[in-house]
Amino acid sequence: MLQLENLSKTFNPGTVNAKLALDNISLTLNDGDFVTVIGGNGAGKSTMLNAIAGVWRPDSGRVIIDGVDVTGLPEYKRAKFLGRVFQDPMMGTAANMWLEENLAIANRRGKKRTLRWAITSKERNEYREMLKELDLGLETRLTTRVGLLSGGQRQAVTLLMATMNKPKLLLIDEHTAALDPKTSEKVLSLTDKFINEEKLTALMITHNMKDAIVHGNRLIMMNAGRIIFDVSGEEKKKLTVEALLEQFSKASGQEFANDRALLG
Amino acid sequence: MGLLNALPGAVAQGIIWGIMAIGVYITYKLLDIADLTVDGSICTGACVCTMLVISGVNIWIAMLAALIAGMLTGLLTGVFHTFMGIPAILSGILTQLILWSVNLKILGSKANQGLSARTFDVVITQLERWRAIIVLLLFTGVIIALLYWFFGTELGCSIRATGCNLNMSHAQGINTNLNKILGLVISNGIVALSGALLCQYQGFADINMGRGAIVIGLAAVIIGEAIFGKISQNFAVRLAGVIGGGIIYYVVYQTVIWIGLDTDLLKMLSALVVAIFLAVPYWKRKLFSGTRKKGGK
Repeated sequence: MLQLENLSKTFNPGTVNAKLALDNISLTLNDGDFVTVIGGNGAGKSTMLNAIAGVWRPDSGRVIIDGVDVTGLPEYKRAKFLGRVFQDPMMGTAANMWLEENLAIANRRGKKRTLRWAITSKERNEYREMLKELDLGLETRLTTRVGLLSGGQRQAVTLLMATMNKPKLLLIDEHTAALDPKTSEKVLSLTDKFINEEKLTALMITHNMKDAIVHGNRLIMMNAGRIIFDVSGEEKKKLTVEALLEQFSKASGQEFANDRALLG
Repeated sequence: MGLLNALPGAVAQGIIWGIMAIGVYITYKLLDIADLTVDGSICTGACVCTMLVISGVNIWIAMLAALIAGMLTGLLTGVFHTFMGIPAILSGILTQLILWSVNLKILGSKANQGLSARTFDVVITQLERWRAIIVLLLFTGVIIALLYWFFGTELGCSIRATGCNLNMSHAQGINTNLNKILGLVISNGIVALSGALLCQYQGFADINMGRGAIVIGLAAVIIGEAIFGKISQNFAVRLAGVIGGGIIYYVVYQTVIWIGLDTDLLKMLSALVVAIFLAVPYWKRKLFSGTRKKGGK
């Protein structure tokens, strides 16, 4: 479903601040893979996600989604393949617009936006059903401005928007980092639910090692712009936080350092 | 009673500038761009309309031409901003300066050009103020209806999303650059149309008539929000509120002139009032920033 071929990216090249953020990364995701990504500060996790999403072009290498080479496509043209959830709950939704308008915009991702009315009454009923599944009482608030919702509610809505119309690949960047533990748990279980029900292929960055072990069928660990550890299947299920930390120091020759890391 | 006598004129002018302010509303409120093109494009609309009418073109065709000319000025600013990567404010200033020369050329290298309602067939004139008010209200109704429809469509919604959240828009596959250009084109089309109405109403086009237009537009938007924003969040009501804001602005303007305020100071006072109103949301944020939580449940 996704192939990264020898991706490299250096920020601020040619200056004293030059930073090699991605160092010749190659990665292949199979259909239905749910991969969790962990790593220390500046390991290149978000950079890898941004390279897939097309926030900027890599210096070298290729990004292939579902057999299509998207390396040269701008962000908005890749969107038809992708569902994205951001770290900042404010980033994934339009605060000044109604809940139903946000959903309608997501529902037309990858389609031509015409001069037809933005929301049909049939859609409105569909949205109500979808929101019911979130179990946050949002189904009665279709014409509420999204800016009035809480961070957790907005993240749940962003998740719903990202998984509408079954994207080829779901990209999640620490989407529970700004949430309190209880809300975080709720959003994570919704994430599991959507990925399982729709059989989505997903990449999820997390700062929580335990979450990285519990969720998904495959785990990759990054350091200094490289993938240093990649486990899946039974082997992943048997992982512990201690084993992961040990693996990290073995592969990188240093202690694990992440400001937000919850070792669980 | 000089003031009462001046009121219908103030209302008519207020509606014309209110239409102009609807253009400002589209860029400033919906797209989150402060577009200074309007100082030039309102004049372009007036120049195009005036010159076409005095060369014998039908007034309606002349107004349509003014609308299209205005849209082109918005296109230019949009291309500066998106394709050439120039900050929005600077893009508008560049277009404004370009339009100074263009407008002069349209006027035949003269600073102004008369468009007497006694000689030419025009739609509105200050010689018949009540009739002008009725015609202008009809114009306003049609413009608000069209915009209400357009910004409710799939495309219109995506333009609003562009102004609200660029990250979200990109993630949802919206071509934000194209949408910014579209918004600027629509906005300046409306602004130029108001210029075409203004030159008919006052009976001439003048190279300086757009100076400070952005400030009057912002004033109308802010007054409209403050007074009519409480009534309803409905988009059509908000746009009508902008027209109301324009009318209130001109009624106050006439009143302070009537009181005897030095008219040389009016532009300065307008700008200062707008500056204070623009500062209010910032001050509010600053005052309450300590209690505002980020993220949360």
